[in-house]
Amino acid sequence: MVPSATSHSTPLTSRPRMGQLTRYFGLLGVLVAMCALFGVLSEHFLTMASFSTIANQIPALAVMAVGMTFVLIIGGIDLSVGSVLAFSGAVMSVAIVQWELGLFPGIILALATGILCGAFTGAISVSFKIPSFIVSLGMLEMARGGAYSATGSRTEYIGGNISMINDPLIGKISPAFLLAVAIVVLGHILLNRTVFGRHLIGIGTNEEAMRLAGINTHPPKIVVFMLMGLLSAIGALFQVARMEAADPNAGAGMELSVIAAVVIGGTSLMGGRGSVLASFFGVLIIAVLESGLAQIGASEPTKRIITGIVIITAVVLDMYRSRRANRE
Amino acid sequence: MTVQPHSLLRLRGIGKTYVAPVLQDVDLEFHEGEVLGLAGENGAGKSTLSRIVGGLLAATSGTMEFLGDGYKPANRREAEHLGVRMVLQELSLVSTLSIAENLFLDALPRRFGLLDRQTLHERARPLMARVGLDGLDPGVPVGQLGIGQQQMVEIARGLIGQCRLLILDEPSAMLTDRETELLFAQINQLRDQGVSLVYISHRLDEIKRLADRIAILRDGRLVEVRAASEMQVDDIVRAMVGREVGNALDLADRSIGGPILEVRNLSRGHAVRDVSFSLRQGEILGFAGLVGSGRTELMRLLFGADHRDSGEVLLEGLPFNPRSPRQAVQAGIAMITEDRKEQGLLLPLAISTNVTLANLASVSTAGWIDQSAEVSVAGRLIDELKVRCRGGRQAVKELSGGNQQKVVLARWLYRDCEVLLLDEPTRGIDIGARYEIYGLLAALSRRGKSLIVISSDLRELMLLCDRISVMSAGRLVATFERGAWDQDAILTAAFSGHLQTTSQELA
Ligand SMILES: Nc1ncnc2c1ncn2[C@@H]1O[C@H](COP(=O)(O)OP(=O)(O)OP(=O)(O)O)[C@@H](O)[C@H]1O
Ligand SMILES: [Mg+2]
Repeated sequence: MVPSATSHSTPLTSRPRMGQLTRYFGLLGVLVAMCALFGVLSEHFLTMASFSTIANQIPALAVMAVGMTFVLIIGGIDLSVGSVLAFSGAVMSVAIVQWELGLFPGIILALATGILCGAFTGAISVSFKIPSFIVSLGMLEMARGGAYSATGSRTEYIGGNISMINDPLIGKISPAFLLAVAIVVLGHILLNRTVFGRHLIGIGTNEEAMRLAGINTHPPKIVVFMLMGLLSAIGALFQVARMEAADPNAGAGMELSVIAAVVIGGTSLMGGRGSVLASFFGVLIIAVLESGLAQIGASEPTKRIITGIVIITAVVLDMYRSRRANRE
Repeated sequence: MTVQPHSLLRLRGIGKTYVAPVLQDVDLEFHEGEVLGLAGENGAGKSTLSRIVGGLLAATSGTMEFLGDGYKPANRREAEHLGVRMVLQELSLVSTLSIAENLFLDALPRRFGLLDRQTLHERARPLMARVGLDGLDPGVPVGQLGIGQQQMVEIARGLIGQCRLLILDEPSAMLTDRETELLFAQINQLRDQGVSLVYISHRLDEIKRLADRIAILRDGRLVEVRAASEMQVDDIVRAMVGREVGNALDLADRSIGGPILEVRNLSRGHAVRDVSFSLRQGEILGFAGLVGSGRTELMRLLFGADHRDSGEVLLEGLPFNPRSPRQAVQAGIAMITEDRKEQGLLLPLAISTNVTLANLASVSTAGWIDQSAEVSVAGRLIDELKVRCRGGRQAVKELSGGNQQKVVLARWLYRDCEVLLLDEPTRGIDIGARYEIYGLLAALSRRGKSLIVISSDLRELMLLCDRISVMSAGRLVATFERGAWDQDAILTAAFSGHLQTTSQELA
């Protein structure tokens, strides 16, 4: 029994993959149906202009959804992402405007801030065995406070060359959008093809079994929160670039949109099951929904009620789908 | 047979198909006041059949009649309402709830809307006494019990309430003789009360001893139903497997070297007290003892899953104090846990994922998993251990209990450690495969690997081991060399510590 890989063929079935594929098709179907519906309801919806607005909103949500997918897969949750986004953006603006460090050092500092916030949440929750729900709730307050004190509670204008991240590159596509898509693809590969990703799925499925298989489960968990922090900071970069300013109120409530997108994509809150690509579909669905509702002139209360209904329906449908797959 | 037995439940043409059929055309009758022994290889369909009867699973085809009426339970509750109860093969207790709460989960006594703990515990105690758990506090969370004790709680739960048909799916797989005797006493009592029982086990001598009739499944079909008096154990095996099974084990050609693992005065709480022994290179050392005697705890200390209070361990002459299982594995120690569901397997994930888990480095480069290498590794081990499955990508939770156990074994065979701690390695594995696994273990020891085997089945240890150490109430009370042991002496030793503690407590 030498641990080497000899070539050997047993009949394979690709059922798990089939399951994934049907999920993607389902999400795609929902997306198309929503576009069609809004297209009928509003003649402006199916225009290039509205799509580029959507494409502009997506990047921050998309990269954060990648991180949140990882967090949910290990059975955690991170409520601090919106605040960490604001804090990272604030640090960047302070570095660029007040300390006059220049754009790139400012960006590096922002990313470092995100990583540190994540590391704190992860390390505390893992080493003291406190649910990440609670630690990240604390981080939500702390990072928001940090954002306020860094900017003196005012919107800090950066202006100038930071907007290049968001300026259209080819056609109407911005570098931010391309970067976000690249991160989604990388995230998907990381989860499905690497030892790290395998460890995350295992930890979310049965952490004790992983430990007893000789795997140290703490480091990957902390790394996941650090990644989440990093991706929130990248989200901050996108937002700051779009507004050419750092707003200490940025990202308020954003954790809920991110979690909603990931959950719509079918990632389980119980851990162990999820897909980065499906989360991206979830992001698209949320973005189309938001801008579509705005286009048809829905009032704020109506928007929120409908968004709520969509989230719950998506999750119920997904439960139904996987339960049926189980019983077959 | 003096009187014509009264039929309670009748199955007609029962079938179940997932991707392929796993149960076909089963006609079977359950009689009142009778124990039906159900045997079959791993994956033959025993659990599937009992889950259909117990309302946990819907049959794809066929009908059932309960006392002449149509019977088609939509769920377990509906079946239990008619008095059809079952003890599942895999434990299904809520580990954070107490023994008493688990026992009466469906009908917790309430007072003014609040849980009435006193009444609950009063009701639980006699029930616990029936299965020999009277020494325990009914308020203890089930998660703190050993898996054997959890099994007894599970059995006690099956005894509650009106019960007309009780299915026991491998209830004894983790029980030693003492607990098994208690179980048998309960079964006989129920039979005398007219309850119909189904007893599933891979310990065929138990089936032979207990059953009035024996039914045998092979590849999802019922191949034999006969009075137990007409069948010997060999007949059962032949009907199960369809051929003769070798039951010889070749332990020759091994050379046992110097000590590789030396344990001195190891202690942890009350579970492990002052244990010293040594394991020699290439040796198979057995650990016998009653359920809860501290064997699993001891192995967990050696594996770094728990930490010792005091004592010393030498691995190849050097002090060894693993702070985590990871360190133990890196030092060349593997442990196969007894609780495969909670502590072994990633149930929803693929067989290949589970098999390579402890040795991902060998199927990856720079953190990148080579999926085709992984699948071929899984394929090789599936063949070697004869895991019945559709392929390496099938989810482990879809496998039968015995086949799940083989996946756990495969993981550690693939890791190729120098010292293997095997806690109930053949739990739930059928008789044919069992000898194949003994053969594998013997081959490992022939290659110089050192093995510690815990088993609740004394015959297994006596067949396989060079020496058998006996633990009792946390202490290592005796060690027997091959040839110098006999069953009675081992049993006496296994009881000795418990007698002492009770007399101390009384004094
Ligand atoms: N959900 C499922 N999907 C696909 N196949 C399944 C599923 N559940 C069970 N099977 C298959 O059904 C067959 C019968 O399984 P079952 O659990 O009834 O066997 P068993 O006789 O109880 O075996 P064991 O002695 O190992 O417990 C197995 O080959 C198993 O792989
Ligand atoms: Mg079974």
